[in-house]
Amino acid sequence: MASRYSAWRLLKEGLRGQRGWQPAWRDPEPRGRYDVVLVGGGGHGLATAYYLAKTHGVQSIAVLEKGWLGGGNTGRNTTVIRSNYYYPESAALYDLSVRLYEGLSRELNYNVMFSQRGMVMVGHSRHDLEAMARWAGAMQINGVDCEILTREEVGRLVPALDLSPTARYPVHGGMIQRRGGTARHDAVAWGYARAADALGVDIIQNCEVTGFVRSPRGTIIGVETTRGGILADKVGLAAAGHTSLLGEMAGFSLPLTSYALQAFVSEPVKPVIDTVVLSLATGTYISQSDKGGLVIGGGLDLYPSYAQRGNLPVARSVLGAIVDQYPSLGRVRFLRQWAGIVDVSPDSSPILGDTPVPGLYMNCGWGTGGFKAIPAGGTLFAHHLATGRPHPLAEAFGLDRFARGALIDEAAASGIAH
Amino acid sequence: MLLIKCPWCGPRDEHEFRCGGQSHIARPGPPEAVSDEEWSRYMFERINPRGVHYERWVHAFGCRRWFNIARSTADHTIFAVYRMTDAAPQLDGSGESGQ
Repeated sequence: MASRYSAWRLLKEGLRGQRGWQPAWRDPEPRGRYDVVLVGGGGHGLATAYYLAKTHGVQSIAVLEKGWLGGGNTGRNTTVIRSNYYYPESAALYDLSVRLYEGLSRELNYNVMFSQRGMVMVGHSRHDLEAMARWAGAMQINGVDCEILTREEVGRLVPALDLSPTARYPVHGGMIQRRGGTARHDAVAWGYARAADALGVDIIQNCEVTGFVRSPRGTIIGVETTRGGILADKVGLAAAGHTSLLGEMAGFSLPLTSYALQAFVSEPVKPVIDTVVLSLATGTYISQSDKGGLVIGGGLDLYPSYAQRGNLPVARSVLGAIVDQYPSLGRVRFLRQWAGIVDVSPDSSPILGDTPVPGLYMNCGWGTGGFKAIPAGGTLFAHHLATGRPHPLAEAFGLDRFARGALIDEAAASGIAH
Repeated sequence: MLLIKCPWCGPRDEHEFRCGGQSHIARPGPPEAVSDEEWSRYMFERINPRGVHYERWVHAFGCRRWFNIARSTADHTIFAVYRMTDAAPQLDGSGESGQ
């Protein structure tokens, strides 16, 4: 087991020439049988494994990752953490996640660099302000911190914004969730991986699931992988945009469509934006990483895709809208552009819990917002896998909500950029 | 960037088009005989394949007419463009590009 990280340890290793560090997790061969097998070694899969071992005392757990750890959407998002949702069910879920993030570095003994620099939402018209007042009211009733901002207050928080009345996207006002912010996305995956490994979880990379093993009665009792068959009492899916493909292998389809979601990062520049800014009318958002890169995101690509690259028309509209809002960034050069495959559900809310097949469980449908939900997703999914019952906060998010018509329609409600 | 052959306007840039999602979804019926589960499947469940996807597109900034495309979701290759009333072409995933 890797020893604890601390300031004292850092100093000691510095004096010893950094020779005492050990790998943060093991690289074990898969065993033939586990109590729980989780498919997907991103944030949600690793967090689920961690809470299964830590909270529920499950002894034998494997996380199977077809590529490298955190190489999917956990390593491809724009690192924003917020809980500015409209409906009480979503607010409870995402605010649990923000609260868990607040203590996560200490919990995992791994610095996830959660920086509560605030999440500013900017309104560009009277109608935006009306929608925002409704949204802010809902957040406050749900017990989530939120303040309405005047145009001048937005200007003081984000001096780089073009506040002139002739701006392409004039600023009429805004609102802020001060507890929102950003975290180091890779560190979230690595921190959970290291902490789970220390509790005995086997993290197996380069191990793609190619099929399921069934009992004569049709219950799923294991997985076929590129590294051999592995039996399990329970199999949990945490595969984001690729969940539909695993569902197809197991014989069912899901209310999910996979899209590419793009992100962009610029060359490092001096500090210019010290918060996260979302523009309601354009659906674009921007923050600045600790290294100085401007991290930019926007809406989905407009057709279903499993190609992990973005298309140019969306890139053009996102970056064009950013330059219209921040004219001083017009000459900034870009370092990288990439895309992750996100699983979008009809109501833009996650699907948690039972699948139509016994023995197989899922944590999917997080769409464009999975990163911010990692600690909550892991907590809720671990609860379901360990107890066989949904966590109270997950009850409203079951697959059965579509047949019951009990959708939690966050896309329409909170104007988030889907 | 996709070059899409609109059946009426010819090859145009993808930004003139909008994708309307999976095509050939048959509405179940008669309505009074359809269960909640069947309505839910019709309304919400999608095949979401990695490979050939038969989907509806509209030439939004052009003739504004709808048509179908068979396209790979893995690499975006367009195998066939056909009209709304046509049956889906049978493709094994290695069909020719364009029509």
